Amino acid sequence: MKQTLTRFNKISLVIGFAFLYIPILILIAYSFNESKLVTVWGGFSFKWYPELFKTKGLWDAAKITLWLAVLTSTFAVVLGTMTAFALVKFKRFRGRVLFSGITYAPMVMPEIIMGTSLALTFLALNFNKGFLTILLAHITFTMCYVTVVIQSRLIGFDRHIEEAAMDLGADRFKTFIYITLPMIMPAIVSGWLLSFTLSLDDLIIATFTTGPGATTLPIWIYSKARLGISPNINALSTIIIGVVATIVFLITLYSHHKEQIDKRHAE
Amino acid sequence: MKHRQQQLGTMSGRAAELMSRLNFIHRNLMHFWLYRKFLGIFNSAKVIIGVPYLWLFCFFIVPFLIILRISFTEAEIASPPYSSVLTWIEGGVLEIKLNFQNYVTLWQDDIYISAYLSSIKIAAISTFLTFVVGFPIALALSRLPKKWRLLGLMMVILPFWTSFLIRIYAWMTILSPSGVLNNFINFIGQGIGLIDPASPVQLQLLGTEFAVYIGIIYCYLPFMILPIYATLDKMDHTLVEAAMDLGCPPIKTFWVITARISLPGILAGCFLVFIPAMGEFVIPDLLGGSDVLMIGKVLYDTYLQGMDLPLVSAISVSLLLIVIIPIYLFQRVQQKQFE
Repeated sequence: MKQTLTRFNKISLVIGFAFLYIPILILIAYSFNESKLVTVWGGFSFKWYPELFKTKGLWDAAKITLWLAVLTSTFAVVLGTMTAFALVKFKRFRGRVLFSGITYAPMVMPEIIMGTSLALTFLALNFNKGFLTILLAHITFTMCYVTVVIQSRLIGFDRHIEEAAMDLGADRFKTFIYITLPMIMPAIVSGWLLSFTLSLDDLIIATFTTGPGATTLPIWIYSKARLGISPNINALSTIIIGVVATIVFLITLYSHHKEQIDKRHAE
Repeated sequence: MKHRQQQLGTMSGRAAELMSRLNFIHRNLMHFWLYRKFLGIFNSAKVIIGVPYLWLFCFFIVPFLIILRISFTEAEIASPPYSSVLTWIEGGVLEIKLNFQNYVTLWQDDIYISAYLSSIKIAAISTFLTFVVGFPIALALSRLPKKWRLLGLMMVILPFWTSFLIRIYAWMTILSPSGVLNNFINFIGQGIGLIDPASPVQLQLLGTEFAVYIGIIYCYLPFMILPIYATLDKMDHTLVEAAMDLGCPPIKTFWVITARISLPGILAGCFLVFIPAMGEFVIPDLLGGSDVLMIGKVLYDTYLQGMDLPLVSAISVSLLLIVIIPIYLFQRVQQKQFE
């Protein structure tokens, strides 16, 4: 049966997407506002963007945030891939229930609980809080997302191809490099990008595990937003939205491209 | 197009060259005992399971045990700033000192109990509202023609990728007293002559519970839409057709079939909104202001003061105890769905 959209369906789609997108569009529009009062339109201007570069500490925060995101996602991909292999390949080992439990728990649990527990742990162990502590915390909470992405890819693929390669004389290393790795590559790439954006966006866990000299962009924005709205934040947010939108666009393009190649191989 | 294909061709050619070179090195290295041992490390089950297990143990389980321990201590002006639970006293006696005072404080001081209750109330109401907003969108998405469905889904997920904080900030600009919404109302009102330009309307929206609801709905909407969509997408539409053919009125068909089938998705979506909303502190802080009490905010403020860390631990342990029931129920729902 051909599904038809009722009028109610159409209206809920239009209102729903308007609700999702209008606030973001307003935010972007007001970053080009001449007036210092964020909410009064004073004409089109780019002036808040150069202003950003003059803001003290912002450039450092941006550098720290990017380094943090790159390192986090690289480590998270390695650990997440291992976790996914452990969960998919080994159906039975002692403590598997606990293991899969703690793999998924950080995704549902309120972040504030993880934040306080890590903060107090670093304090109890006399560990100076700073870049390293945020990195450890970020790896821990993003690796779970990577695990889920890679796990679904591992479950979906045909084990016989690996066995065939081994039967034809490839050793385990060669099988991994030639067969397994290329097959899970799309999941690894999207897992990396996912943890990159998660780390880039995280405020709550970073607030609790940060120390002097390690202010990330979200922490900077939050401290400014607590004081009220300002056109600087609008401009900065627009840049961040642009970067993230580009990444998402690249992921979509990449997975689409991969699908096309897979289709061509299948033919 | 042709040019593109050529480029791809050379790229995969280069990759193949690299692979064969790598393989050559690998084959030669295999003669060495140390290299074989090194590869063996990555191959053993012990390492593949052990490394992530150990990591999660150190940075997930141990921190819980530590805050659990700290929650039974007393604040002290020392380093570390709390008393110890276990002490060896003379004669080889181990003294265990558990201080329940923090939990007693939580129970007796009105602010904590009312913060917990108010969090539960706000989380429950906003979960319900998110469901009311999200369900029609999920339903409409599942009825879109195949080629539009993916685009629609992408459009729901896309805002989720932009920073949570930025999305809350966007609502600050809209809801503030001289904000976009008030300006819009005045503009329309003056246009049709309902509002006198000399005394513009200034609705106080920012700093109310209403703003917090809006913030939570806006931030968590995808978490509600996606699980519901997933169940509706798998639904067998011939069931609806059969019911209609047998003379079932559309509204009853909806209740008997569509609503029943999407129930696991609805439950999953509600848990995914309710659980994180319970511990939320950024939304009540930025949109709610000082009037809205939520336990996450109380926890954060107590932590920022940095004086009473045992109390901070006790607050977050009891928050965990509250959300552990919904987390458990959520995992049950998920498992049932996969079976």
